[in-house]
Amino acid sequence: MERFIALRLLQAIPVILAVITVTFFLVRVAPGGPFDSEKAVIPEVKAALERQYRLDLPLLQQYTAYLGDLAQGDLGPSFKYPGRSVNELIAAGLPVTAELGLYALLVAVLIGGSAGIFASLKPNTAQDYLPMAAAMIGICMPTFLLGPLLVLVFGIHLEWLPVSGWGDIPGDKLLPSITLGAAYAAYIARLSRAGMLEVLNQDYIRTARAKGLPEWQVVVKHALRGGLIPVVAFLGPAFAGLLAGSFVVETIFQIPGLGRFYVQAAFNRDYTMILGTTVFLSTLIVLFNLASDILAAWLNPRLRHQFGSSR
Amino acid sequence: MALLSVDDLKVSFVGRAGVTRAVDGISFTVEKGQITAIIGESGSGKSVACYSLLGLVPMPPGRIDGGRALFEDRDLLAMSERELREVRGRDIAMVFQDPMTCLNPYLRIGEQLIEPLVYHQRVSKDEARKRALELLEEVGIRDPATTIDNYPHEFSGGMRQRVMIAMALINEPKLLIADEPTTALDVTIQAQILRLLADLQKKHDIGVIFISHDLAVVADIADQIAVMEKGRIVEHGNRQKIFHGAEHPYTRKLLAAIPAGSRPAPEANGDVLVDVQRLRTWFGDPAAPVKAVNDVSFSARRGEVLGLVGESGSGKSTIGRSLLRLAPVTGGSICFDGTELTGLEGRALKAMRRRMQMIFQDPFASLNPRMTVYDTLAEPLLLHRIANRRSVEEKVLKLMDDVGLARAFVRKYPHEFSGGQRQRIAIGRALATRPDFVVADEPVSALDVTIQAQILDLMLELGKEYGLTMLFISHDLAVVRHIADRIIVLFRGEIVEEGTGQQLFEAPQEDYTRRLLDSIPGRGLLA
Repeated sequence: MERFIALRLLQAIPVILAVITVTFFLVRVAPGGPFDSEKAVIPEVKAALERQYRLDLPLLQQYTAYLGDLAQGDLGPSFKYPGRSVNELIAAGLPVTAELGLYALLVAVLIGGSAGIFASLKPNTAQDYLPMAAAMIGICMPTFLLGPLLVLVFGIHLEWLPVSGWGDIPGDKLLPSITLGAAYAAYIARLSRAGMLEVLNQDYIRTARAKGLPEWQVVVKHALRGGLIPVVAFLGPAFAGLLAGSFVVETIFQIPGLGRFYVQAAFNRDYTMILGTTVFLSTLIVLFNLASDILAAWLNPRLRHQFGSSR
Repeated sequence: MALLSVDDLKVSFVGRAGVTRAVDGISFTVEKGQITAIIGESGSGKSVACYSLLGLVPMPPGRIDGGRALFEDRDLLAMSERELREVRGRDIAMVFQDPMTCLNPYLRIGEQLIEPLVYHQRVSKDEARKRALELLEEVGIRDPATTIDNYPHEFSGGMRQRVMIAMALINEPKLLIADEPTTALDVTIQAQILRLLADLQKKHDIGVIFISHDLAVVADIADQIAVMEKGRIVEHGNRQKIFHGAEHPYTRKLLAAIPAGSRPAPEANGDVLVDVQRLRTWFGDPAAPVKAVNDVSFSARRGEVLGLVGESGSGKSTIGRSLLRLAPVTGGSICFDGTELTGLEGRALKAMRRRMQMIFQDPFASLNPRMTVYDTLAEPLLLHRIANRRSVEEKVLKLMDDVGLARAFVRKYPHEFSGGQRQRIAIGRALATRPDFVVADEPVSALDVTIQAQILDLMLELGKEYGLTMLFISHDLAVVRHIADRIIVLFRGEIVEEGTGQQLFEAPQEDYTRRLLDSIPGRGLLA
């Protein structure tokens, strides 16, 4: 098992390096720079600024210098927020985004999981078609449409829930979490339905029925564990995706999270901020993928012996 | 008063194509303390009949059209789902065919074992565990105190079937339904499980329904036998009557299908085509290797059918695959028609492969489900340039004639065929390149006995027609004797005995061979 983890981590290094390299040169290709603005800046000041942030060096040298800093865990200073480092900015935005992502994941697992299991119990009947049709709509509906729709209905028309903010008024976390989690709920519904259907057709389910167990025990005790392994394997990539994809929701609901910093950094040509967030998120994606793979393997007794003990 | 008396049971399946009658008015009884065997080919309705008694046939598409099934004076067919659930697992228990898939891989066997006891009798978990330990001991699981907390994959097939039997018996049921309980097992293991079932049945004095496709399997244990064909019971009687006074032609066909008799002694002419010397396949850690095949030497003459017999894990499949260079070889030599195969690579290997083909056990898994018969048979012909685009169709149709498939089926997909037909396709594919040598690895083990006999005859016939040399691998000595000129007995990667079928059956030299012979079901009755 240790070997498997070490190998996967080693494989991640070239991936992240490629992400850094592509991002580094891509943002430089975009026209404009961090110190261009409507107001004219005195050339001497601009030159001083560029020297301070190492922008006067040849591009390749900037790149190696950045890699050197990164190796020490330093994502560099922000170009737009003077005196603050990218590390600080990420640390400030991450808790909010992580909380939002966690709630969204909870929404996705609870709603998606139960819809999928419910549908799998009576395949090819209304009980199956209705939740699956809803899931299809959930997958097709983009977040930037669902968010405003929910705001219109529950915030403005019914006046049940706040329309923006995060942690200011009670209940303001609900709409963003649902908006962000909806697409993932739909995906999880489809995954858990497929997983459950496969398991429910196994011979050992017939064995459980032949024992005279009531149907709910057959499902809960014998089918769920195997049927939900695909969902578990999906949780890691899903959470990473929720973190990385939260900027639309954060923008709609005015939430001060990582995603908004990310988008603003792109508009501002805040090179180090863009790079820093990208590196941070891609590392998270790699780690969460690995974690959910390990968890899914551990849930399967036939693979668990790789963890050193069979019990 | 019979324990169970089934009267005029009718079960149908309702599908898009209309209503199919699977069980067409069958009646039988099971007495307390007796074994009633229901024998028939796959699709004869024998399993459906028994499952429908317990409400285990999904409805829809299943439908019970009529009949009565009195179990202790209560009609099972008239019970509500709740009442039936009380009977299931408590009064009537089941053992299924495939112990590999019938135990939940995610739960420890202890947990699965105690479930019926805890649910039906409200026994505490600790007490149920005690009972489970006793039962595991009784069905012959070694060291139950530790193995009870193992997962199913940590047991062999035979051991899993013992666990299944313990699970079925834990509530001391009055009736046990065993659906092909030994079909997925090696003959030696089958013999053990049959003995165990018969012993337990006597000891606990329960009634048993034993479902099988193979009359020989029940020859030693059944009290009553019902023979089913196409949803009806065509003949019914005690063991004596069925085996020695069968009247219905179908019963006679089943009896005739039981492999028996050797082939006449082979003419010892022809040169050596395949010569294997000190073949060795070791796996794993070089310091303490798993010796799958250990210094095995044999040879096959041109036109000879060589049988290779052994249990699972004896290394017989590894040998077969090694000959075709489909498995790694750690030592020794394989000489095919004067060419050493072990070092062969690339083009030379491909040329050799054309002359050597393989037929696999499972015709369900070994055919590509997305390829029609035509595609399957045409592929090797084109790949090895035996036919070109113009001549390929004619050659494919000729192959279909040879293996006994109607030409009209040429555009069909594997799932549209029965197991026997699929094995015919697989044989056709193997013969397409006109090979000199064929390795057949358990080609009839997954088939019903009647189909087995047909396929064996087909292979013999084609072997002669195509001038084939064949290595026929099986766990079943009776099957091998039927087809092979000479038989090699393999045990733990080494050859223990070699001889003609007649020599081995009449004068076995080794204990292990004798054990294999004793495992052949129904030997005493049929001899």
